[in-house]
Amino acid sequence: MGESLIPIYIMGKRYEVPEGLTIMKALEWAGYQLIRGCGCRGGFCGACATVYRVPGNFRIQVGLACQTPVTPHMTLMQLPYFPVNKAVYDLDKVGSPLETLLQLYPEATRCLGCNTCTSVCPQKLQPMYYVAAALRGDFARAAELSFDCIMCGLCAARCPAQLVPYNIAIFVRRYYSKHMRPKPRHLKDRVAEIRAGLHDQALAGIAAASEEELKKLYLEREFEKL
Amino acid sequence: MGYPIEMQESIRKLEATRAFRLQQEIPRLTPEEKNRLLEQCHPDFRPDGMRPVRVGPNKGQRMQNELVDLLEAYSRIDPDRVDLSRIDYDVDVLVVGGGGGGATAALIAHENEARVLLTTKLRLGDANTMMAEGGIAAATQPNDSPYLHFLDTIGGGRFQNKRELVWALVHDAPLIVEWLKDLGAMFDTHPDGDLVVSFAGGHCRRRVHSCKDLSGMEFMRVIRDELWNRRVEVLEFSPAVELLLDERGRCAGAILMNLETREHIIVRARAVILATGGIGRLHPNKFPTTNHYGATADGLVIAYRAGARLLHMDAIQYHPTGAAWPEQMLGQLITEALRGNGAQLVNVHGERFINELETRDVTSSAIIREVRDRKNGVRTPTGMEGVWLDTPLIDIRGGEGKLDRMFAGIVHRFREYGIDVHKEPILVFPTQHYQNGGVEIDPEGRTGIPGLFAAGEVAGGVQGRNRLGGNSLVDIFVFGRRAGQAAALFAREGPSPGKLTLEHVRRYHRELAAEGIEKGRVSPLLLPDYTRPEVKERRYS
Ligand code: SF4
Ligand code: SF4
Ligand code: FES
Repeated sequence: MGESLIPIYIMGKRYEVPEGLTIMKALEWAGYQLIRGCGCRGGFCGACATVYRVPGNFRIQVGLACQTPVTPHMTLMQLPYFPVNKAVYDLDKVGSPLETLLQLYPEATRCLGCNTCTSVCPQKLQPMYYVAAALRGDFARAAELSFDCIMCGLCAARCPAQLVPYNIAIFVRRYYSKHMRPKPRHLKDRVAEIRAGLHDQALAGIAAASEEELKKLYLEREFEKL
Repeated sequence: MGYPIEMQESIRKLEATRAFRLQQEIPRLTPEEKNRLLEQCHPDFRPDGMRPVRVGPNKGQRMQNELVDLLEAYSRIDPDRVDLSRIDYDVDVLVVGGGGGGATAALIAHENEARVLLTTKLRLGDANTMMAEGGIAAATQPNDSPYLHFLDTIGGGRFQNKRELVWALVHDAPLIVEWLKDLGAMFDTHPDGDLVVSFAGGHCRRRVHSCKDLSGMEFMRVIRDELWNRRVEVLEFSPAVELLLDERGRCAGAILMNLETREHIIVRARAVILATGGIGRLHPNKFPTTNHYGATADGLVIAYRAGARLLHMDAIQYHPTGAAWPEQMLGQLITEALRGNGAQLVNVHGERFINELETRDVTSSAIIREVRDRKNGVRTPTGMEGVWLDTPLIDIRGGEGKLDRMFAGIVHRFREYGIDVHKEPILVFPTQHYQNGGVEIDPEGRTGIPGLFAAGEVAGGVQGRNRLGGNSLVDIFVFGRRAGQAAALFAREGPSPGKLTLEHVRRYHRELAAEGIEKGRVSPLLLPDYTRPEVKERRYS
């Protein structure tokens, strides 16, 4: 990698960059110091959505700049921000799942089933299906299907019905986790113990131990088996 | 794509020893063996990696060169040109930093009825939190206790942690797990709703709670969503470039810079919370890093200039398992939870060489020894070397489907490069991951400067000289909450800020000049620069 240079077009302007670089590294190689359109550099944060075309394909393509390698004659533009609708709600004061969803995002029912969202998702999710599951009231399924969403905005940018699938999804997941999943018993018990001060004495004791004593206790720990 | 032929030969050796390795127990090192290994191989002990800083509260102490460069630098602004009477925002609590610690602090300060402004260099949520894969450590299981969590954490930190901070950390940890669950974070659960917990190095119990391998992302997006719901005011692309003090030396706000217009913004605040994260993008010892683009030590620099003391800045964490192949993923984090669920480290001959659940400092040193000193590394076509992380063991031990269930992100990212982690191992080498030290705080997140609080990676003392896996996510939320609360209270009950000044910057400049440090270098850095020298050279204007 690094030896052979290929032409790419950044917002229409030609640069020669080494083959094999990601779009993000190619931008930097060309001389850009990124402010927008760059975040985790590892495919987690959705800051670096990019649209591009390659010769011989009439379709517009999309991807994450930090994950997508450049190819010869790629012409590209970053899409670091896309204005969307985000409903405001109080998770402690919500009604039944479906009713709340339709109140917050009434446009969800306008989904055309065109599946454009699926074809653009860099996480290979199927927003159409998680939106459909949410609309059926199957929040468990919708939460599961949307979990890997990095909120990059590409599905919303391309949706002809102007839905914001990922904002629907985060509401659904939060609702599901808070109101439809039990609170673990062991967690409730431990929190109650801590609130009642049951661990204070043990902690005070060890925090006051001499370094020698601490080292001894540390060495004597017994490990739970893998 | 997948692995080239040369590397596949070594994979066959690894496969041949798998049955044996499944039975093999490797004892943990004794304290003496650990010390020897660290001194030999840990990058902190490289003689040329650090130097003493010549100015400021920690004058004379050794720190990472790249950080010293920024501490021995002039302000980005000329104090004489700033009009401090023109105040753009007047708030109770200013939070600097939009990662998990800052977002939490803002949320809690807001809940405590403070007027809050959160400002951040990139977007809200653009931070290391987003990239934390493994999970959050807390003693929530019946066979566990905060006491054991304390012991593991302080031993892992080589007994240098501030004890009252560890106490606060382990005490609040289960409360934080409950808080996150109540915010709607989707933890991994067993069918009955109990939380799934995994091992991480140095913990004697399974206590790391995960949300698949995207734990930090899940917490971050939930808290960010909540901040938006509460309409807390947020300024993006506006890093703090200097703190403001008042004439009695109290912190009373900050100067921000709009990164896009380069205009400065003056914020007066009754309390300031620093949550700017770490230093990975300075690339200590030239290591690659798992860190976010914004991890450039800005908070350390401005706090130091204002007179805050730093702690343990000579202790940098290298994560044992950064990706070493494919080249495009170099240095990216491969979560410790893989080892916590049974993946083993294996050299070129198919042999294990360390107990995989040793602490990170020790495990990284062992990998470096295996590759550099013992020449047992696996070589890639681009000349990089590493050792194997035998991921197929996870399904072999935990049943088919476990990798897909818990590590979908890893599976997905390697599949893009033609590597199937169900069947093939991952090549790894240590990568810079965390700054163990930072601005010294107390259990309420207070620094030595009245009115200035700090939380998360920018703060020091919680983790001692080496942090355990799972202890960072818990740190940011525990101290984010504590700082948020304490700052709101301070804003309500403390005295009003006096006249704003930048006198501390002038003083610092004089100190630099007295040491003969020439003007020219400015800090904080704000953004790393990955453009090529060839391009830079030709920027003539
Ligand atoms: S792109 Fe929009 S309209 Fe089409 S399937 Fe997806 S959500 Fe529905
Ligand atoms: S679902 Fe939409 S926002 Fe989420 S990752 Fe896919 S394209 Fe991006
Ligand atoms: S920079 Fe975060 S996903 Fe690309």
